[in-house]
Amino acid sequence: MKIALCIKQVPDTSDIKWTEHNTIKREGVESIINPYDVYAIESALQIKRVCTDVEVTVITMGPAQAEDMLRKAIALGIDKGALVTDRKFAGADTYATGKTLAQSINTIVPDFDIVICGQFAIDGDTAQTGPSIANHLNIPQITFVKEVVECNDKYIIVKRQADDGIETLKAPLPVLLCVLQGYQEPTRAKINGYITAQKAEIKTYTLEDIGLTAEDVGLKGSPTYVSKAFRPIVTHNCEKIHANDGTIELICNKIEEFKAGKNE
Amino acid sequence: MSEHKGILLYAEVTRDRYIHTVFFELANKAVELSKKLGGCEVSALLITEPNQLENYRDGFINSGIDKVYIFEDEKFSRYDTEIYSQLAINLVKEIQPEIMLIGATNQGRDLAPRISSALHTGLTADCTDLDINEKLQLAATRPTFGGQLMATILCKKMPQMATVRPKVFKPMAENAVRNTEFIKKTIDTSQIASKVELLDFVKTLENELNELDSAEIIISGGRGIGTSEGFEMLNELARLLNGTVGASRVAVDMGIAPKSIQIGQTGKTVRPKIYIACGISGAIQHIVGMKDSDKIIAINTDENAPIFNVADLGIVGDINKILPELIEYLKKTKK
Ligand SMILES: Cc1cc2nc3c(=O)[nH]c(=O)nc-3n(C[C@H](O)[C@H](O)[C@H](O)COP(=O)(O)OP(=O)(O)OC[C@H]3O[C@@H](n4cnc5c(N)ncnc54)[C@H](O)[C@@H]3O)c2cc1C
Ligand SMILES: Nc1ncnc2c1ncn2[C@@H]1O[C@H](COP(=O)(O)O)[C@@H](O)[C@H]1O
Repeated sequence: MKIALCIKQVPDTSDIKWTEHNTIKREGVESIINPYDVYAIESALQIKRVCTDVEVTVITMGPAQAEDMLRKAIALGIDKGALVTDRKFAGADTYATGKTLAQSINTIVPDFDIVICGQFAIDGDTAQTGPSIANHLNIPQITFVKEVVECNDKYIIVKRQADDGIETLKAPLPVLLCVLQGYQEPTRAKINGYITAQKAEIKTYTLEDIGLTAEDVGLKGSPTYVSKAFRPIVTHNCEKIHANDGTIELICNKIEEFKAGKNE
Repeated sequence: MSEHKGILLYAEVTRDRYIHTVFFELANKAVELSKKLGGCEVSALLITEPNQLENYRDGFINSGIDKVYIFEDEKFSRYDTEIYSQLAINLVKEIQPEIMLIGATNQGRDLAPRISSALHTGLTADCTDLDINEKLQLAATRPTFGGQLMATILCKKMPQMATVRPKVFKPMAENAVRNTEFIKKTIDTSQIASKVELLDFVKTLENELNELDSAEIIISGGRGIGTSEGFEMLNELARLLNGTVGASRVAVDMGIAPKSIQIGQTGKTVRPKIYIACGISGAIQHIVGMKDSDKIIAINTDENAPIFNVADLGIVGDINKILPELIEYLKKTKK
């Protein structure tokens, strides 16, 4: 069975810079792996544990530095990594991203059975890329997945967080899943995982390699654009301290004081 | 700009056969936007099993919209991504609306990107404001980066699509009764089959008596808490302090806290004596739900986190270190 796993490197949300086009500046910003994509990786590993002959390829569209993140996934037990990178991808909205990733999956893992995404990325926070990929691949999708219950090479059974409860759903393959944090314990990388990851060859794909044109991708291929970005403003006087040895006592004293309703 | 005209709304039917409240909120906003567009038509898409329309009719008439397009079939007894998106896509191609709005429920968030992507258009998620700009475009404003920044987004394709969370807009204040027209669409459903099968459903039990309303102390956790084990720590702290636990939307979305304890614009509004925010950035949508607490304590690693703007006591530090110590300390002093 072949799995394509899409993960994204996101800027640390406390350190944001914008370009003159009002899109997010990626270079020179502290980057982390999108927290939801950790669960996506986890689901892929889980399927690897219960099914035989599973090969997982982790794919990201992003700058060259995103390669580190792919190696981290490989250290956890993912088989292969592919970096889809091109200057022309910059400024993509979820439509263009979905199209680019779908085309990448068709190029890199044409015989895929399952595509796994995170439910959403903490930078854009849209939860749209997964369904957009599913649409472009013309396959069913299950979003808000909390747990993979059963999986074989014909179908998959998952638990899904609906608005009003938990659904158990069965889907034929191929299918795309968007996952939330589930109930499972996260896997940790082992020493040999790191060694494998260091040695792993990460293939790079450009716009040309995936067979799209400059009009399809990036800012050009995006129907939406940011016209204005601004900060919501609120101010208030706060007694702010950096945590130190006395912090715990201070918190407890303040709680007592606040409880008693003594005002300043 | 084009022959695209009018606003189309998705009327979500819930599992227990109601039109989701978010539809009426969207309808109210759509009527307002329609005035700014010179009075264009506002219509709704309803997908339902047969013989249900009568239950929904009055709701539609009172919502102030002009038309309801109805797709009825036994096969529509349950939401299905591919079937529903296909029906929506067909209707959009036929009536060519310039705007389409969908509630950002889990169903709406599953459906909307599927439609927009198939129509090669854009979609702005979780908008907090919708307006019509001077060029008569839909200006959709939404928070990004955990609500630290607001962005106004425009779309150069048609229809311009957006999703909006429940409770962001107000429903129609008074009855806006219209001469709503109900139009049944006929479709050949012989080719339609759901690929994804529902095997089981377990309804979430809402806390019978939501403690958040009466609690003196609320200990709230956000993305910074990170895991379900982290929330266990908050529960323990709540027991020791005789309080209860709340959560930010991100914690709920992550699946580490139940929806029933979400605080903020789309959750509960609370006013305890003490509100302790742990690993919560302080997005405006969260703040509106807790800012009237008597006293606010915030713990956050980022000294510039906006939560400190509303806090009385701000601790810049790591909850993974502070909370276990605090629990230990309280255990000791309690004895
Ligand atoms: C229409 C709409 C409605 C919304 N309604 C709501 C609502 O009702 N309620 C709500 O809460 N949100 C709501 N939101 C979402 C809101 O915009 C924010 O995304 C959300 O509140 C952010 O949650 P958070 O603070 O947990 O996560 P983040 O913004 O990611 O903040 C996490 C914080 O944790 C800190 N942190 C990380 N690690 C640690 C650590 N180890 N120790 C200490 N601190 C740490 C970080 O510095 C950061 O400040 C809504 C959004 C929209 C669009
Ligand atoms: N550039 C990208 N590369 C790989 N995967 C991505 C990318 N952008 C989004 N995704 C996937 O889509 C999910 C949802 O992202 P978003 O729609 O931005 O909230 C993420 O959790 C990833 O799994």
